[in-house]
Amino acid sequence: MIKQFSLAAVSIAMTATSSLAATNITWWHGMAGRNGEVINEVAQKFNAAQSACALTPVSKGTYEEALASGIAAFRSGEQPNILQVFDAGAATIINAKGAVVPAEDLIKEAGYDFDRNAFIEGVRYFYADSDGKFVGMPFNSSAPIMYINDEALKKAGVEAPKTWEEFEQVAPKLKEAGYIPLVQAQLTWQFTENFFSRNNIQFATNNNGYDTVVDTKLKVTDPNLVMMFEKLKAWADEGYFAYYGAGWADNQKPFEENKVALWVGSSGSFGGLQKTAQMPFSATFLPYWGSIAGAGTNSFIGGAALFAMAGKPAEENKCVADFFQFLTSPEIQKFYHQATGYVAITKEAYELAKSEGYYEKTPAAEVGIKQLMLPGGEWSKGYRLGFYPQIREIMEREYGRIFSGETTVKDAFDTIEREGNELLARFAKTAG
Amino acid sequence: MAMQASVTRPLEGSTMKRVQFSSPLLPYLFLAPQLAVIVIFFYWPSVRAIQSSFYLEDPFGFGSTFVGLDNYLGVLANPEYLAIARFTAIFTALVTFFSLALGLLLAVKADAVIRGNATYKTLLISVYAIAPPVAGLIGMMFFDQHIGPFVKIAAFFGWEMKVGLSYFDTAFAMVVIAVWKQIPYNFIFFLSGLQGLPASVREAAAIDCRSGIKRFWTVIFPLLAPTAFFLLIINVTYALFDTFGVIDVMVKDKAANNPITLVYKVYMDGFRGNDIGGSSAQSVILMIVVFVLTVLQFRFIERRIHYT
Repeated sequence: MIKQFSLAAVSIAMTATSSLAATNITWWHGMAGRNGEVINEVAQKFNAAQSACALTPVSKGTYEEALASGIAAFRSGEQPNILQVFDAGAATIINAKGAVVPAEDLIKEAGYDFDRNAFIEGVRYFYADSDGKFVGMPFNSSAPIMYINDEALKKAGVEAPKTWEEFEQVAPKLKEAGYIPLVQAQLTWQFTENFFSRNNIQFATNNNGYDTVVDTKLKVTDPNLVMMFEKLKAWADEGYFAYYGAGWADNQKPFEENKVALWVGSSGSFGGLQKTAQMPFSATFLPYWGSIAGAGTNSFIGGAALFAMAGKPAEENKCVADFFQFLTSPEIQKFYHQATGYVAITKEAYELAKSEGYYEKTPAAEVGIKQLMLPGGEWSKGYRLGFYPQIREIMEREYGRIFSGETTVKDAFDTIEREGNELLARFAKTAG
Repeated sequence: MAMQASVTRPLEGSTMKRVQFSSPLLPYLFLAPQLAVIVIFFYWPSVRAIQSSFYLEDPFGFGSTFVGLDNYLGVLANPEYLAIARFTAIFTALVTFFSLALGLLLAVKADAVIRGNATYKTLLISVYAIAPPVAGLIGMMFFDQHIGPFVKIAAFFGWEMKVGLSYFDTAFAMVVIAVWKQIPYNFIFFLSGLQGLPASVREAAAIDCRSGIKRFWTVIFPLLAPTAFFLLIINVTYALFDTFGVIDVMVKDKAANNPITLVYKVYMDGFRGNDIGGSSAQSVILMIVVFVLTVLQFRFIERRIHYT
């Protein structure tokens, strides 16, 4: 703790001294706790590595609060140079034409080369426009993966399932062994958005919303998605699946306490679980349905990206480009990957970590990257939907009702599609 | 600047002292700081909210389209919004009633205690020093699905309590925590109200009537009415607005199918959903509701109250 404080103090001191000559840039983010400290360390490394620019990171609370602060600041002309925006808020900032300078343009203008293919598959498209140009610079990226309670599987004498069909086979045995077979952490991200990516199914019209905001509509009444949730509900009724509400921590806890056999979490949960899990655990890919043709594609990332806000002088933009360049360097990616549990976003960084034997020591840390590097499909690139944080809230509400028995799966998805499409139409008006 | 106010002698027949300022501008100068605060932090945002409630706006402020009453119609036609409004009404009624009733009960009992009363009072008042989010956090620990003692007690009586998952259970926990947080505030006011009652009146009542309960309702409670009325308005406002912190902690940033109040919905749509027009319309609706409620309270309840 004291060491971290002194690191922070050093970084502040360095910023203060170097700021006399250097160009100051600010970075607003929505990370707290250890992840927030790592951001300070990254900034400190950047400031130490060069003297032309001085970067100051500022925590604005949660992801949502960071976005709201960034918006308010932009409206009054006080925007930071870099704003961290989370996955669900991507459409809000990308569709606001003129709010950001696309990261790829910024980097090229600063005289650097930009190679899209240096980034791993699942990362490449999520914050890009429909032509594949990077608008946001992917930053903290994670994948939904399945954690395995090794003890439970051994006791039940089963293997970890790769598909949901296999899960149906092993679930009764896991239950018999005294475990809750399956728990998840976030139904929206893991069983909706990434259900579409992992099973390669269209999520919304207009190319999942990438092409235009006009007349984009959700396709959540897709029979496969309805089937997934009907299964989840049936599993819950039989005691094969437990749902503890929309909060992430409430669902993670029973797994840590060795009550759950399989838990769908985030590749970023790995660091925390190492400290909290009361039993040995490993990890594998998020299952898919073997019965769906073309399923088993890569998932897309969750997490957040960094956006270069518009309306800043050229020398500051140059510094932002320098920083993005620094951030994607293999050493920094590897450092960030290992310090936080978020995946490395470039192939080179992944290879570097691998060559140093990091994944031999900690195989669970590799699962997320491998899942993101799986062959992609037409619908595994991501989605670009306006007012999506609100659409997620509708989903959370309806999913809660499904598991508390207040509604049926079919009615729930009808409601989500209807209300979601109303929001999308509303968003199209604001962005039009 | 030296104060140049001079106090004139009271006019004959008048009981009020009149203060006169040497310059007619001076009183406004004294008022200015307070007015500036009110204008900047209350009127100006209110005017902006009313203004943006008629527009559909891109969050970053690039384009705003005048849409007339569309935002209002959209909100009022939404069955979910109406369900939230219904919950808010029930929640406000329950929280106001129970926090007033329990505050009054405790105040009456503490008033009657002579020995060690300072200890009782301190214990009862101390909860008020807890900030709403902290109260929410402590409350949520009691109701936690995995470790909460209240959940275990409920399980003992065969009630499988699932706060955060079951609408009713979360609503129950929300009311309990909100009431718990507000009782000390009411207690302080009721207790000081009780202690301000003239002893002669109480003694006279004691001679006339033997029943303590009857004496309370016919003599003491009517004398407490001004305090109770003040608290009623404060408690309604508390339940509508100040419970935000409790709710925010309880739903842990994800309301899902849990009950929320109207003010939380404004926050969700405006600050999390970045829908400025829609949430502005909601906040204007809320302003109107509070205005109407306050007018009604003054119109129908206050006229029955006699100030001593």
